[in-house]
Amino acid sequence: MRGYAGKFLEIDLTTQKTKETTFSEEVLRSFIGGRGLATKILWDRLGKQWEAIDPLSPENILLVLTGPLTGFFPGGRVCVSGKSPQSNGVIGSTVAGEFGIDLKCAGYDGLIITGKAPKPAYINIIEKEVAIKDASRVWGKEGKETLKILTKEARKELSEKFRQYGELKEPSILYIGPAGENKTRVAGVMAKWSHAAGYGGYGGVMGSKNLKAIIAKGLGPLPEVANMERVTELMNKVCKKCYKEELWRRWGTGAAGYSVGKRTSSEPIRNWQEEWHDEKSYAVDKFEQRLWIKQYWGDFGCPTTCLKIAMPKTGEFKSAITDNPDYEMQAYLGPNLGIFTPEHNVYLSAFIDDLGLCGIQAGNVLGFAAELYQRGFLTKEDLGGIDLKWGNVKAFAELAKKIATRDGIGDILAEGSYRAAIKLGEMKNADLLPYVVHEKGVAIGAHGIRSTKDYTSNISYACSVQAGDHTSVAALPADKRGEMPTIVEDSGVYCSFNTFAIDEDLTWDFFEAVTGWRITHEEWYQNSGLRILQLQRALLLLGGPDCKWDSEKDDENPQRFYEPLPSGPYTGKTTNRRTFEESKQEYYRDVGWDEKGIPKPETLRKLGLQDVEARLKVLHILA
Amino acid sequence: MASKKRIWIVRDYLKCSGCRKCEIACSLFHEKKIWPEASRIRVFMLVPGAEVPHMCVQCDDYPCVKSCPTEALSVNSSTGAVQVDEAKCTACGICISACPGKIPHLHPGNNRILICDLCGGKPECVKVCQEGKWNALSTIKRVGWSDSLKAYCRTPEEITRELVVNLYGEKGEELI
Repeated sequence: MRGYAGKFLEIDLTTQKTKETTFSEEVLRSFIGGRGLATKILWDRLGKQWEAIDPLSPENILLVLTGPLTGFFPGGRVCVSGKSPQSNGVIGSTVAGEFGIDLKCAGYDGLIITGKAPKPAYINIIEKEVAIKDASRVWGKEGKETLKILTKEARKELSEKFRQYGELKEPSILYIGPAGENKTRVAGVMAKWSHAAGYGGYGGVMGSKNLKAIIAKGLGPLPEVANMERVTELMNKVCKKCYKEELWRRWGTGAAGYSVGKRTSSEPIRNWQEEWHDEKSYAVDKFEQRLWIKQYWGDFGCPTTCLKIAMPKTGEFKSAITDNPDYEMQAYLGPNLGIFTPEHNVYLSAFIDDLGLCGIQAGNVLGFAAELYQRGFLTKEDLGGIDLKWGNVKAFAELAKKIATRDGIGDILAEGSYRAAIKLGEMKNADLLPYVVHEKGVAIGAHGIRSTKDYTSNISYACSVQAGDHTSVAALPADKRGEMPTIVEDSGVYCSFNTFAIDEDLTWDFFEAVTGWRITHEEWYQNSGLRILQLQRALLLLGGPDCKWDSEKDDENPQRFYEPLPSGPYTGKTTNRRTFEESKQEYYRDVGWDEKGIPKPETLRKLGLQDVEARLKVLHILA
Repeated sequence: MASKKRIWIVRDYLKCSGCRKCEIACSLFHEKKIWPEASRIRVFMLVPGAEVPHMCVQCDDYPCVKSCPTEALSVNSSTGAVQVDEAKCTACGICISACPGKIPHLHPGNNRILICDLCGGKPECVKVCQEGKWNALSTIKRVGWSDSLKAYCRTPEEITRELVVNLYGEKGEELI
């Protein structure tokens, strides 16, 4: 098979045994890699007892998968998946960097990690040599320190093993910070310093397996492709298109912290109590002129290099380094917490990165806690003495640390805002759900729906199989927009930010040049893509063990999204329930679900998913 | 010994985006594959943000060429680039030790040494870097101060130690 290294590596951390495995061409053509293949693997291996499996137990499977286009399509990423401790479904969470490239160059398309190491461990893959090593010396260490130690040691090992080769490039490393080690549901799988596979909560899954890091180093080439000349031509074509995208090139999403508030009125402000601001102190020029120390930063093969590196050079927050921060971090660790000072935002982003927290999930739960403090549900005493006033950046950092280490109130907040709201609600005897902005346990990305001026819509999150994930929103019509095109990128495993100027034909051209398969629009939207969507949907509905989603009740926007916007040019605007219901039903019809949002038996049968039908029936999800 | 039209690749590390398109371009040109470790230019990232495109600087005194026991290395008379006679190269690695920057490295697929050949005078790495307007690599007419050019011949580690300070100040010293 072209574009694939041809082998996947299975690692059982309990028995410390490894073996190689393969998938048939039929499976790979249908499920591609990354998110699609993850869904297939999880359904096949865990589907029968899905609702009983605790995502943070050794029974869960951690998947780290590339796709055939990884390394070829500009902008390399790798997909992390498993049963999500946030949604209890499957989330394909991708992270940028060279890890996927290194893995393929080492001869593997992906890792299937099961069990739990008896003590802190890391996986070391140097070419074909796989070892499970003791990680106790880095356990408990924060991100930058972890990366420094592991890079040094791995380089030393490389230079000993391959002495005759001369200098070899450093290996690629995925790791977790304390937030992952302590099995919080808001931890990311980290790469470099600030790159995170955040959605899904797979940092906590790694922690539950006692797995601190995965190191990969390959010396070989990327796999053979069907037509290298054509691949090269298409790479250049995509790059040329991306070079013209000046907005993303120059500012990344870093101009949005101001614009999404001011222009589209869809930025979380003080836990989404507002979505509009006109704080010029927070405009991109302040970040750029005062804090950005690298204007263009990116990962393997990327023409856009939308990341920046930011660091305050003076003052109290001197030397806090983070990338960008991108829009999500600008918003969630900025206005969402009442912070409108770029230095404070960079400091908090760097702090959260270092703890291995996902900035979106952590920013959401911090904002939720601050609103409870504002409303008197949480007291200073509850918070261990923290004065969690809006804008108090040090207080937020202190609470973030408590979350990452599950200290005091942090132990509850580490469960993410939705689960924390239930627990705190019981403790305080109050309904705290109105203050949670989540979708099926996943904090919603920083793009609101009330103003209708952003790219999102009323069904974006409510109907998404990845729930709150702003990079995988449901949209109409389903055969052109929304999740199925996203599944292409997440399964081919490359960066969606390099696809904005790419039309569908060019995408399939690229797949054909790499794999030799001519996938058609019909094949994807009526067959393969739709099948992945149904499987993800089914697993999301199976859910469990701690939360189960009833689509009739839970395919719903957070309550806050029905409150009128209180400020800005769209004051008074809110989500219309009737229109939402109509869009939702239209979407259900588009993707072959019944009026309750359950995949119809005929939809499943047409896709060869009779086993899914049977499971949904046994559990009375399907009548 | 070399022509007056010789070029030199200027490397502006602080502008390197880490996109590694130079590695892709180099390996596609020489190997017809995307092969980062077989690229004659390799971007080292010992500390994030401090990306170091690492390749031959064409020292005036060519210690690598002098060190080669099998005369596999020679200097191209028009470009001044070091050229490898693959038939003569025994992959002994002596040139690696002779290079102050440990820049030559072995091809991971077959036993021979890899050294930048300047693509015959029109380096592919520079081309892609310029196309993307990063300008981390650019070509200039080789200047006469060859001792200063040779000073660029250093290991990734040595270069990184200084870059991190430039980028991150005092904090940089803690990061490596």
